[in-house]
Amino acid sequence: MTTAADGAMQRTLENFLRALKAVEVQITPAEAIDAHRAVAEIGYADRELLRDSLCATLAKSAVEVEHFDHCFDNFFARQEFSASETLESAGDADDDDSGGSPLAAMILSGDATGLAHAMEVAAAKVEATNIRAATQRRPFTRRILDAMGIDAVEKRIADLHRRGGERDGDLADRLAKGRKALMDDASRFVDRQYDLYAKENGRRTREDLLADKNMTGERIDPDDFQMMKSLVRRMAKRLAAKYSRQQKRSRKGVLDVRRTLRKSMGYGGIPFEMVWKTETIEKPKLVVLCDVSKSVAAAAHFLLLFLYSLNEVVESMHAYAFSGRCVPVDDILDESNVEVAIKSVLDRIGYQQTDYGRSLEDFCLEHLSDLDRRTTVFILGDARSNHADPRLDLIRAIQKRSRAIIWLNPEPESFWGSGDSVMKVYARFTAVTKQCGTLGQLERIIEDVLRTYLPR
Amino acid sequence: MPAGPALAKAARLGFTHTEFSKRARANPCGPGELVPLSHLNPKHLESVDAIVAGLGEVGYIASRRIATALFMAIKLQKPILVEGFAGVGKTELALATAALFDLPLIRMQCYEGLDESKALYEWKYGKQLLYTQILKDRMSEALAGEGSLDAAMNKLHGMGDMFFSEPFLEPRPLLKAMREDNGCVLLIDEIDKSDEAFEAYLLEVLSAFQITIPEIGTMTAKTPPLVFLTSNNVRDLGDALKRRCIHLHIPLPDPQLEMRIVATRVPNIEASLNEQLVRFVQALRTADLRKPPSISETVDWARALILLHANALEPTMVRETLNVLLKFEQDIAAVEPQIGKLMDAKPRAVKA
Repeated sequence: MTTAADGAMQRTLENFLRALKAVEVQITPAEAIDAHRAVAEIGYADRELLRDSLCATLAKSAVEVEHFDHCFDNFFARQEFSASETLESAGDADDDDSGGSPLAAMILSGDATGLAHAMEVAAAKVEATNIRAATQRRPFTRRILDAMGIDAVEKRIADLHRRGGERDGDLADRLAKGRKALMDDASRFVDRQYDLYAKENGRRTREDLLADKNMTGERIDPDDFQMMKSLVRRMAKRLAAKYSRQQKRSRKGVLDVRRTLRKSMGYGGIPFEMVWKTETIEKPKLVVLCDVSKSVAAAAHFLLLFLYSLNEVVESMHAYAFSGRCVPVDDILDESNVEVAIKSVLDRIGYQQTDYGRSLEDFCLEHLSDLDRRTTVFILGDARSNHADPRLDLIRAIQKRSRAIIWLNPEPESFWGSGDSVMKVYARFTAVTKQCGTLGQLERIIEDVLRTYLPR
Repeated sequence: MPAGPALAKAARLGFTHTEFSKRARANPCGPGELVPLSHLNPKHLESVDAIVAGLGEVGYIASRRIATALFMAIKLQKPILVEGFAGVGKTELALATAALFDLPLIRMQCYEGLDESKALYEWKYGKQLLYTQILKDRMSEALAGEGSLDAAMNKLHGMGDMFFSEPFLEPRPLLKAMREDNGCVLLIDEIDKSDEAFEAYLLEVLSAFQITIPEIGTMTAKTPPLVFLTSNNVRDLGDALKRRCIHLHIPLPDPQLEMRIVATRVPNIEASLNEQLVRFVQALRTADLRKPPSISETVDWARALILLHANALEPTMVRETLNVLLKFEQDIAAVEPQIGKLMDAKPRAVKA
């Protein structure tokens, strides 16, 4: 292969890497180098081989493999050129017919390869790969067509109409049809560029917005819910991966006699190297009480979604839902998929009048003995108890038995203690009380809580 | 996974270890200019198809994607990180590769709490202790001729320091793999079960194929081993580790591939029964189960059916042998009433 062709191929590969980055396949310079090395090893001739080797060097997880496959198909798709198809049979065109326009000549002779090449060149000229938003698609289409010289074709059509001969009319019709098809092709081409380089940007921006959207105000619309599901799951998995594993840390000052003696063997029994005892950091045990009453109706979906995802990833967790009464929901969360689980929890206990005292009583009667000093109790709710007895003795009992109570309230802090809210009273017994109305807040809080706030 | 011909062959090859060379001090090639795996049978390295065929010979039916990853790993001299469900043949791939290239296999099982003294090397404390005792006894003899303390110390400095030296080194799997002069297949199984700190030890091994022992120096592999890491995705691996590896995700196979695998692993199975049971398993995978059956379960089931002299699938027999296929009580309970339906759902399942 010549150097020029090599250069072109390298540019193609770099464009492909950019497209991959746009679909969230992370590519570091080292991986880019690997990709080039891989291609140098196998060449471009075998499409399957190219695809599999690039996949092996670039995609680093099952999700990325999926994105990669999709992106590869899109990027290396050979676009069918309808412009040439419609005119396939018409092979007898000479310079005079095209009126000196190379584009018109290509349309008339049905030169698909030429058209495809011309479009690539035009796209490179107008830098179509820089497309960022859906609204840019039409302008880019227009600019590509301009760069290909569509003006000349239009002028030629007008000329032919003016001349008015039978053959001229026929030619003009063929050119017009070709032009129309070419416009469709260009529009499809730009759509593809958009899919490759920009679409995922849009999704990411939407996800970012969603993470900061307040979930307590209105009902979550179904589109957002789908996206939130994946977002929450990813979040929960990340948190669980970070904190659910058993960890050790050394306790300075306590000698591990056995291991010190063993080390000292190497020095003739003289303990040169001290080995300190380590202590195991226990995996967190969680008990989550989730309010699904009328007053938090809007947030209930969101809270349950988080509960569900947490239950999927944290090994030792018990979940309860309450409004008027309190029921365990472990079974529901374990056995059904997320939509069904949320619905059946809400059907079973949701949207009733809240009674915190009564719910705590239910919980304490049956499950207080499950709590121990390793258990962290999360309560998700607004602490609006409809002026019923908040049963502070029970929350004190929970506090005493557990490691800590953490209260996450979907209401902003300024509302706490107003009306029938007993948040401020309950707050005396909690290790942390935080507002949590958006996904972003939720993630930050849980991470902070797991890392720093817990008394040991 | 049951022992196939690949396993048998790999086991036969065993762990042969060459005598320790002076490589630590006189390193023939620095990092980055490793001797390629030139001695590997070039017949299998011509193309991806050759690898597919070669693996087929040792009883591993590989998809093109698997073979390509292996091909790239050898060509680019990078480790392969293999991910996928339990029982899709991650470990088996390493065994089959060892058999294919006639390389010894060194296997390291990871677990929580695995540390460098179990994975890299350890000092032979007992021998070191004996050595110091011998040294004590001999010392007065050796230094007897010296008049002053200074002269004695000078003489002491002149003696070779044996205490931290290669003869006292107890190699663990990673060091063993570095010391295989003719190359080997190093299988680091279930890397996701190890601690994050352990990943860091691996980085040096995986990128430069060398191990640094503080007391001695850096040891580089003469021939880089062919490294397989397997992961069940218990936790996400670090980016640094992923970046150094070729990534291979083995999915559950499509019906055609699965039928070929069963036919290879259970040679005396009839084609019609094979087709029936693969269809059934494929249909089962579309159901909502805790642990969908993977390839190893299909093969086990096929073996079980052969033992029962089955010629065709029958609902009663399926019910009785379902515990081979499904590992959870709830799954079995959920599938049992649907057995008839699943056996009928043939045409669509095959297409999927």
